[in-house]
Amino acid sequence: MKTQSLNNLTRVLLIVCGIALIISIFVPLWSIYLEAPQYPEGLAMYLWASKITGEYEIINGLNHYIGMKTIHPEDFWEFTVLPYALGFFAALCLLAAFLNKKMWLYITAVLFMIFGVAFMVDFWLWEYDYGHNLDPNAAIVVPGMSYQPPLIGFKQLLNFGAYSYPNIGGGIMFGVALILAILAFIEFRKPKSA
Amino acid sequence: MKSLKLLGLSTVVAITALTGCKPKGTETAVSGDAAQKVYVAPGKYDEFYNFVSGGFNGQVNVYGLPSGRLLKVLPVFSVNPENGYGYSEETKPMLETSHGFIPWDDQHHLSLSQTNAEVDGRWLFANANNTPRVARIDLKTFKTVEILELPNSAGNHSSPFLTENTEYVVAGTRFAVPMDDENGDVPIDSFKENFKGVLSFIGIDQQTGGMDLSFQIEAPGINFDLSHAGKKKSGDWFFFSCYNSEKANTLLEVNASQNDKDFIMAVNWKKAAELVKAGKGRKVVTEYAHNTWDESTHSATSTMKKEVVVLSVEDMKEAMFMIPCPKSPHGCDVDPTGEYIIGSGKLAALIPVFSFDKMIKAIADKNFAGEYDGVQVIKYEAALHGEVQKPGLGPLHTEFDGQGNAYTSMFVSSEVVKWNIKDLKVLDRQPTFYSVGHLMIPGGDSGKPFGKYLVAYNKITKDRYLPTGPELAQSAQLYDISGDKMKLLLDFPTFGEPHYAQALPGEMISKNQVKFFKIADNKHPYATKGEAESKVVREGNKVHVYMTSIRSHFAPDNIEGIRVGDEVYFHVTNLEQDWDVPHGFAIKGNQNAELLIMPGETCTLKWVPKKPGMYPMYCTDFCSALHQEMQGYVRVSPAGSNTPLIYSLNNKKDNAQSPVKEGETK
Ligand SMILES: [Cu+2]
Repeated sequence: MKTQSLNNLTRVLLIVCGIALIISIFVPLWSIYLEAPQYPEGLAMYLWASKITGEYEIINGLNHYIGMKTIHPEDFWEFTVLPYALGFFAALCLLAAFLNKKMWLYITAVLFMIFGVAFMVDFWLWEYDYGHNLDPNAAIVVPGMSYQPPLIGFKQLLNFGAYSYPNIGGGIMFGVALILAILAFIEFRKPKSA
Repeated sequence: MKSLKLLGLSTVVAITALTGCKPKGTETAVSGDAAQKVYVAPGKYDEFYNFVSGGFNGQVNVYGLPSGRLLKVLPVFSVNPENGYGYSEETKPMLETSHGFIPWDDQHHLSLSQTNAEVDGRWLFANANNTPRVARIDLKTFKTVEILELPNSAGNHSSPFLTENTEYVVAGTRFAVPMDDENGDVPIDSFKENFKGVLSFIGIDQQTGGMDLSFQIEAPGINFDLSHAGKKKSGDWFFFSCYNSEKANTLLEVNASQNDKDFIMAVNWKKAAELVKAGKGRKVVTEYAHNTWDESTHSATSTMKKEVVVLSVEDMKEAMFMIPCPKSPHGCDVDPTGEYIIGSGKLAALIPVFSFDKMIKAIADKNFAGEYDGVQVIKYEAALHGEVQKPGLGPLHTEFDGQGNAYTSMFVSSEVVKWNIKDLKVLDRQPTFYSVGHLMIPGGDSGKPFGKYLVAYNKITKDRYLPTGPELAQSAQLYDISGDKMKLLLDFPTFGEPHYAQALPGEMISKNQVKFFKIADNKHPYATKGEAESKVVREGNKVHVYMTSIRSHFAPDNIEGIRVGDEVYFHVTNLEQDWDVPHGFAIKGNQNAELLIMPGETCTLKWVPKKPGMYPMYCTDFCSALHQEMQGYVRVSPAGSNTPLIYSLNNKKDNAQSPVKEGETK
């Protein structure tokens, strides 16, 4: 039986991951910054688990020149699901720590990896849609140009420099994914008879 | 022949010698590092905001120091077609007076609000000299938010000066006139019996800045010129310079320059306020306008007030005194400690410095030289700290550096003279180009001057700039006063005739700037908070257009069914919620002006088309790459025709097939 139980350190880290994921529901997950000569102070947009904040209204105003769709928080089904998904994974981490079973750690780690990848894919698809699905009657049409912001990092879009980075919540998600992976790896490699 | 040649030669020599003798201006006055000291690199902010009176343009001009760059012209007392101030329906009430709408004035002095005798960056007060008024400008928005007319007054020159905590702003009349509740239709040579010099005390609401004419003092019929409040120990007092103690009413340049001494009038405003509270003073029936700007409705309201409490000389027996002051004093300036009061007699060959402590002692000891129209006159020597001897010609105005030094402008001898307040010794003098009036040190009339720069505001500028016909620019000159000797750094042209000015560190104001008005907070009765709400409504011969502007279109952009004789009101709401994105609005043939609408604001332009035809309208502010496309048409049909009232709203199909909307009729 002993061989199926977790290290104390693993259990502590699982609790930390659980708490961190709860926090991630209440802080911004992702930041997108835009910079242009006319906007020396920059424009910022923050994606949370349940909303968008920042200057997205101004960004909407600018997007109409290139025929980009305007951003409205109510258009995202993700916002109704994400807080529960994060809450679910927080609960799963805590449960794994409480049940003290390797199997539960593996399940948590694998499910969270899948969730993380799905999150990034969904985010990318969303950016692709906004960047490519342009109004053909837009005032400014640059042949071959798309305006998909980067997933992570920097990209020049006409006169705007676009930066995209995980905020606190996104950092937590990456951190949790990394910790879970390492913990699962260590627990798996642990000698069967200690 | 030989002698002729000699004569010619000697003439050449003489002319060369004469021109060679002509005093050199700038070359000798400016030292090598001046350019470096005023250079503000592109993208960098100036250190100080400098608010300079616009004189006869009736506006206030904002410069950066030390660069001398013009930042903005603030419309205050004059209409401004550039942005529709005084032309738009919302701003028209700001310029209402008891004489009706007045589209201009003569703006002389400025005063920044203070807390504990230090500038605080909340509000700027400005006077209108001609039709007596005091304005308040909110430094969060740089908008004129209040204008109060002053009854019983004429030539509002001794104004606006503030107490050390902005409790009161005062305004002394330059022209003595009969009181408003007395017959003004009297012979001018009955001046001595019928004319009064009235001082106004306007209370300021500490939270809102709102002004209220708390009371007036009916002083002798003397001309009040300038003023300053005491500070710290003298904080309960106000000092006014007075000229024409002769009470002459003709050829004043001779007849008002007879007396060797005029006066500085000292008024204990705290006691005066207590007297009013105790029920002293008579109620004078009069009329004066009080105009206020409401930021939530983006509109002004003008109210006519009917009454004011006036204290008499008799009421003020214990709270108002005269100090003799040579000769026709202009500036009346209190040093940062509040102890010294400097009178600057325009025609005097010395500068008298009075001591507040000595004045109080003289009053306690009843050390009086007599009475002037019922006001006790303190003995000159009893109040005098000392005289600055041979300071220059025509002392006008004194400011302070906070290091115990005073700087006085000399109009006649065109110079600024630095002297020590305690020992009254002249320390330095620098020429100005030319005929300096007021001067200004940032915070120089407060308890805490910043003491780094001095600006002289000059009346004459010939040979300073490229000439512009008979009328030349006025000029300001910037001096570095951080060392022992003043150094001329820069001169820059100014609008109007600059009088007094104020300045404070940029950071005090820049950090509080309003960047746009929240559209959700817009309570304008004709606001259109989204394009879907745009509409055209006919009410008899009035047509209200609820219009929005956003980069880069108006909604609606085409209107038909307007008739000659209609009064069309374009209520334009700028939907932008972004800093520095105003939109303009103009229509062909309008006898009014254009609008410049700030983000989130609603402005109304009235238009009465005179003849049928097609009238383009467009945005006047280059707002975006598609600014030029920000346009539309109004079709005007003859009076009585039945062209249907229609308008197009975000019609993406060209040639207005659909959706064209039917206008409403009420
Ligand atoms: Cu525009």
